Parts: sequence; structure tokens; C-alpha cells
Amino acid sequence: MDLYMENILDHGQNPRNFGEPLDPADIHYHDDNPFCGDRLFLTAQLDESGHIKAVRWQGEGCTISKASASILGEEIIGKTLDEVKHIDKEQLLDMLGIHLSPTRLKCALLSLKVLKAGAYGLSDETFVMDEDE
Amino acid sequence: MTQTITSPLDIKAIRADFPILDQEVHPGKRLVFLDSAASSQKPQQVSDAMSQYNQHEHANIHRGIHVLSERATNAYEAARDKVRAFINAQSRREIIYVRNATEGINLVVATWGRHNLGPGDVVVLTEMEHHANIVPWQILQAERGFTIKYIPITDTGELDLDTYARFLREGAVKIVSVVQVSNVLGTVNPVADMISQAHAAGALFMVDGAQSVPHLSVDVQALDADFLAFSAHKMGGPTGIGILYGKRALLEAMPPYQGGGDMIKRVTFAGSTWNDLPHKFEAGTPAIAEGVGLGAAVDYLTNLGMDRVLAHERIVVDYALDRLSEVPGLILFGPDPGKRNGVATFALRDIHAHDVAQLLDAEGVAVRAGHHCAMPLHERLGVPATARASFYVYNTLEEVDALINALYHVRKTYGL
Repeated sequence: MDLYMENILDHGQNPRNFGEPLDPADIHYHDDNPFCGDRLFLTAQLDESGHIKAVRWQGEGCTISKASASILGEEIIGKTLDEVKHIDKEQLLDMLGIHLSPTRLKCALLSLKVLKAGAYGLSDETFVMDEDE
Repeated sequence: MTQTITSPLDIKAIRADFPILDQEVHPGKRLVFLDSAASSQKPQQVSDAMSQYNQHEHANIHRGIHVLSERATNAYEAARDKVRAFINAQSRREIIYVRNATEGINLVVATWGRHNLGPGDVVVLTEMEHHANIVPWQILQAERGFTIKYIPITDTGELDLDTYARFLREGAVKIVSVVQVSNVLGTVNPVADMISQAHAAGALFMVDGAQSVPHLSVDVQALDADFLAFSAHKMGGPTGIGILYGKRALLEAMPPYQGGGDMIKRVTFAGSTWNDLPHKFEAGTPAIAEGVGLGAAVDYLTNLGMDRVLAHERIVVDYALDRLSEVPGLILFGPDPGKRNGVATFALRDIHAHDVAQLLDAEGVAVRAGHHCAMPLHERLGVPATARASFYVYNTLEEVDALINALYHVRKTYGL
């Protein structure tokens, strides 16, 4: 039952930084999870010193995937691209504070996958994320 | 308890045959297993038959001279005879062992399809097909360049038979391949009528029996089906084994599926000739113990009686549809009771199906969530995912009540 603790439900039902995509945006990336039909589109803007100043998610998904995007989005504001690239699965799960089965892990990781692909895309480095890492 | 009065099955005795059902899955939460359309549980009789085989009879089948090989061959081939009788095929040569319904369909597409389909030809499928009856055709289409037409579904989740008739009138239809019972909507399609229409138009007809053979009496001769595919693991049998039925004349004319041992008559470096049916389509050492398990599952269902199995499930499904429709904010998919069987698929407000399934699981209730291998159908329904409760011989009305109570828990969690 702790999967649906208040914080996760709150973020899932009232996700932060969701809405129409930012335009212009320095980061934009879209991906989906075909198994559950979750889709996420991320746009983000950087300030002059290369820190993320605004994040906007668009898409649909389950409570876990929306809460994950919402919490992750709040977390990365003010961070540099380099810092974003180093966020790993464990850090995200710490932010969420819940234990997930392998199936639901995919829901939680979609936002991180989109964020990192977007961040790497911007700096033009090869991005590989092993979901089973 | 109304059920003991109305169900023709002795559910208490049946549940004793399925020890897996008798367990606590979370502290204080008994298992309520409502996911049999994905894979049913196995009765003890099936596990025992497989253990007996593994402990006393196993060796490779066919051509072995020693005692165990003979026992293994007999056990495996006896199961084929049971399956023949179960679906009333004319000959045991028409019963091909495959891995599952998916492989049965792939076999027909890859052999009959590749041999007979080309530009200008039409294959008719439906909007409610499982991926297993869409993707193999699309793969071959890329190679052979024929046309695929999909019979639409109505808003009540039934096939639009006027469009089917029009497809047949437009001509060039070589084969029609249709699911007998939808794994999402539960719709029982009128395949007998559809088959006679197809034959009148000169087309063959394949039945996807994955969700029908386990639940209702299927007679391939009465239906006049050309092909029928189904899986053992949805009818109390093990995974890894299934059946393709095909009319003998068609199977004789088809090229083999895979090459290897057992499927040949004579092999030389210059070429080979094929074994007789059914072995022509059974290359390599098969899943022998699983075949024996399938035979035991057929025995189990035959003892219950398929008419009684169907009658019991109708009672449970109708009760489930009735009770689900009472839950505020719950949307049911599929046709009215009486035109459907096996499953109740639903959405609860805009809560994602995975969240619904997870919260139901926390109450011990196992349902499926997702697109159930029918993404095009979900696109047609306009929902990304649904939750599905599915029922079998061991399910009770009390378990339906447990599902409903758990759904009220989900509502509460979401503050509804």
C-alpha cells in the first residue's frame, strides 16, 4: 500500500510542471512505454550559466510515472546539465521513497530516461541507458 | 450463497484440485485469482500426470527401441488422441502439436500463406484480434504484397457483419482469420455463420480458439473450420504446448514449417522428402511432458463437461458485469451479457489501469492491466489501457464480491 503514499498520490494527481511545452526550449525529448501506453514529452530551458531554469512535462501515464516526472522535474531545477546526466536510478528511487516491482520500475524510470536522453541529446554525446542497470 | 444452487459445477471440489488458489498473497489477504485469460491455473491432476511421466516414463519419443521410449511415445500420442476427440477432429493426423496458439497461427501464415498469397489477394481479419493474429500476417504482407482488411467492431463491441459480407462480395478473399472469443471484450463471435459465408465466397477460415476452446465446446467438424489454433496453458494445461488443427487435405498440400528431425521421411544430400501428417509439421524433440499434461487437462475438462463449464462461467461473468456496473465511475467494455464470455474489461474513471491493478493486488485480487496484446483494439476503444478480470471453472461469486470491495478501496485511495 505504501506505493500509493500521500506524496506519490499528490504528485500523481497534481503533477508539477505539467502543461503546454516550453517554446523556445533548450531540451526537448519524447519517449513512451509501449507496455502501458505511457507517453512523456519534456521541454526545458537553461539560464545563461547553463542551469535548468524551467521544466515542462506533457503526456499521459499512471500515477507512478506522473509522480516520478513531477518529483524529478522539481529536483532538477537549478541543476547543470552535467549534474542532470549523473542522476541515476537509485537517486530517483530515493526521491520517490517507494519500493517498486520490476514492472512498475519501468513506469518510474520513463521520466529519467526522457530527461537523460534530452540532456545528452543537447550535448551531443552518445546516450545509453540500461533500464536493468 | 446462491452459487451452490445455480452453478452446475461442484466448485468446492474443483478448488481442492487447485492448491495454488489456497494461499495468502499479502498479510491477511487471500488470493483472488482473476487472470485466467492470460494463463489459467493447473489442477493437481495435470501436475501429477506430468510428474508421473517425468519420474517413470521419460525418454525421447518415436523410433526409440527401448521400453521408456515406447512409454513416452505412447503417453505423448495418447494425448493427441484426447485432443482429437475433444475438438471432434476427423483424424489424429489433423492434430499438430505447436508451442501455443501464436505458433499455430504463425505456422499457417508461414506455410499456407507464403505458398498461396500474393499481390491482389485479400486476407480478412478483425479489429478485435490479438496481436498473434495480426502481426504474422503483416510480416508476410511485407514479403508477398497482399491486402489485409479488418472487419470493424460496433460501439457495443461486436463484429460489423455487414462489412464482412461486403469484403467477401468485393472478392479476392483467400482466407479469413478471426478470434472466436475476444480476449478483451469477451465477445463470442458467430464463427459458424462466418465460416459458411467465407466458404461460399471461396475463402478459407482460421479460428483463433485461444479464449474459446478452454471455455466452451468447440467442434471443428460442426463449425467446418479449416484451421483452429489454441494453447494448453489457458485450459488448465502447462505452458509450452498448444495445438494447430487443420483439415487434412490442406495440411497435406502445405509445405513444412520447420526442418529437422522427425519431420522427414528420407534425407539425402540432394534433398529430402517429408514425413506423413502430423509429423511433417513437428520438427525436433517436442515438449513431451507438456503434451502429456495437455492430455490430462483435456481429461479434466471432459470430466467436468464443457457445457457445465460454460454454464458456470456464464453465471460468474454475468454476476461480475452486474456488480461492476454498480461501481460509480466504472466503464465496462464489450457487449451485453449473453453475447460474451470469460472476461470483464473495465476502466475506473481516469485512473490508469496499472494503478487499479496494483491497488487490487494489494487486496489480493489478481487482474490484468494493459492493452492485453490488442493495441489496435484499444486505439479503437479510445483508451490507452484497461483492467481485465477473467474467470474460469474455479472462480466463485464471493471472489467477484472481493473484486468489487477492492475496487471501492481504489476509489477511496484516489479520494473518489
